[in-house]
Amino acid sequence: MSLSTDDVAKIAHLARLAVTPDETGALKRDLSNILDLVAQMDAVDTADVEPMAHPLEMAQRLREDRADREDRRDDYQANAPAVENGLFLVPKVIE
Amino acid sequence: MQWETVIGLEIHTQLATQSKIFSPASTAFGAAPNTQASLIDLGMPGVLPVLNREAVRMAVRFGKAIGAHVAERSVFARKNYFYPDLPKGYQISQYELPVVGEGRVEIVLDDGVVKTIGVTRAHLEEDAGKSLHEDFHGMTGIDLNRAGTPLLEIVSEPDMRSAKEAVAYAKKIHQIVTYIGICDGNMQEGSFRMDANVSVRPKGQAEFGTRAELKNINSFRFLEKAINFEVERQIELIEDGGKVVQETRLYDSAKDETRSMRTKEEANDYRYFPDPDLLPLEIDAAFIADVVADMPELPDARRARFESDYGLSAYDADVLTASRAQADCFETVAEVGGDAKLAANWVMGELAAALNKAGVDIDASPVAAGALGKLVARIKDNTISGKIAKDVFAAMWAGEGDADDVIEAKGLKQITDSGAIEALVDEVLAANAEQVENYRNADPAKQPKMLGFFVGQIMKKSQGKANPQQVNALLRKKLS
Repeated sequence: MSLSTDDVAKIAHLARLAVTPDETGALKRDLSNILDLVAQMDAVDTADVEPMAHPLEMAQRLREDRADREDRRDDYQANAPAVENGLFLVPKVIE
Repeated sequence: MQWETVIGLEIHTQLATQSKIFSPASTAFGAAPNTQASLIDLGMPGVLPVLNREAVRMAVRFGKAIGAHVAERSVFARKNYFYPDLPKGYQISQYELPVVGEGRVEIVLDDGVVKTIGVTRAHLEEDAGKSLHEDFHGMTGIDLNRAGTPLLEIVSEPDMRSAKEAVAYAKKIHQIVTYIGICDGNMQEGSFRMDANVSVRPKGQAEFGTRAELKNINSFRFLEKAINFEVERQIELIEDGGKVVQETRLYDSAKDETRSMRTKEEANDYRYFPDPDLLPLEIDAAFIADVVADMPELPDARRARFESDYGLSAYDADVLTASRAQADCFETVAEVGGDAKLAANWVMGELAAALNKAGVDIDASPVAAGALGKLVARIKDNTISGKIAKDVFAAMWAGEGDADDVIEAKGLKQITDSGAIEALVDEVLAANAEQVENYRNADPAKQPKMLGFFVGQIMKKSQGKANPQQVNALLRKKLS
């Protein structure tokens, strides 16, 4: 399967990756190869195989519902670029 | 052309756990910004989510409450998108294998017809944080206290055909989740948020029209208005030769209109995949049995029991079971008061009116259920009349003590001594000889109404304390 340049640009945008035009060609080839590999796997008959959600054959352990009320905000915000009134500040986002 | 509206709802209910779905941070509402955001909620490198057992129990409880299949095995997936209030760059949700499968609820329409609405699924997921767009020197403030709060997203089938039906369904889900104690139902605090998928089609057409998604509606009234506006908009658009585009729209309650939220067509490409940080969730029969064992009585069952056990009308039973708190209150009042019908009247009447006027929830009522029960008991045993009881209730509401204290302190005990009542009756009849004459000469059909005059005079003279039944009986005897 062959991806278009637009496909690559869209995938890069969804992942917020800044891909330059001269990188696009190589990426297009690599991504198309990955899809070809998946297509090969797709051809295998897996009718009797249960879909795998996780490589470990174990179930999720559950945690008791106990709240830890210790406030460590100052520590956690120590490496934030901008903070005010306890809020993290980020470049303005408008819908 | 005749148009038909098609509506499906997605309801996000915040689960009433102590801690978050994947981290031990507290879920309490109203804390200072970011004081309840743990390393896991902040999406710091190297941390691992661990699933909260109580959140799973609550999801299972909901599944069993709507007769749904609970999946023996469900899977958490990453829903990928970028927004500053989502630190990880993905929301942990469930996609292909949700914890709760197909179920159904019944709603009652205005004409009394019962309609079944299908629930497609319900899945566990984490909430995002909050963005504050007030001006922080041209920047946006982010509070991640809400990030990681457990949500159960309840998705309906497109079974509703009007805004009224959608509201009835949403209220039913609200009633169920609050009854079974998995959600506090507080809509102002965002514990219960609704998205409506709305489309129209010519009546008789099998295929659905293109739908618009109305996002984040947090009141039943706005839900109805938003849907009605959107239906009108779509019909006008199509009749003018236009086409409805699939998009997300926001309801503006100030303008009473919906408007497009996302202009770009890139939305809804979330690239879901199973979250490698979380193993599949396995729920065995013992876990389900344990959840079912402490399932509270559901609203529909309780309503039926109120009719059969207490002899209440369908209407009374419906009103009293609207919320679990109100139903609990009624049962206490009926038990303590010893009279279900009186208890029902007081809970729906005086108590509801006082709560409404004061803007207080029934849980925080100054007159507790037990205290109201004692008041009802005093009406039942004829210590006071229903009318005097209203004054006693007002005094209890004002904090002047329990029913017996107030009755004692104000000397409100009903006069039931027949000699004393007879004296009052004689006095009033003697003072109103003309009216007595008129009464005796009147058309018998008009007499019951005229009797009211004398009753009123006697009650006034006794300061409301004469037993009304005895007064009526005596009057009729003396005037005949």
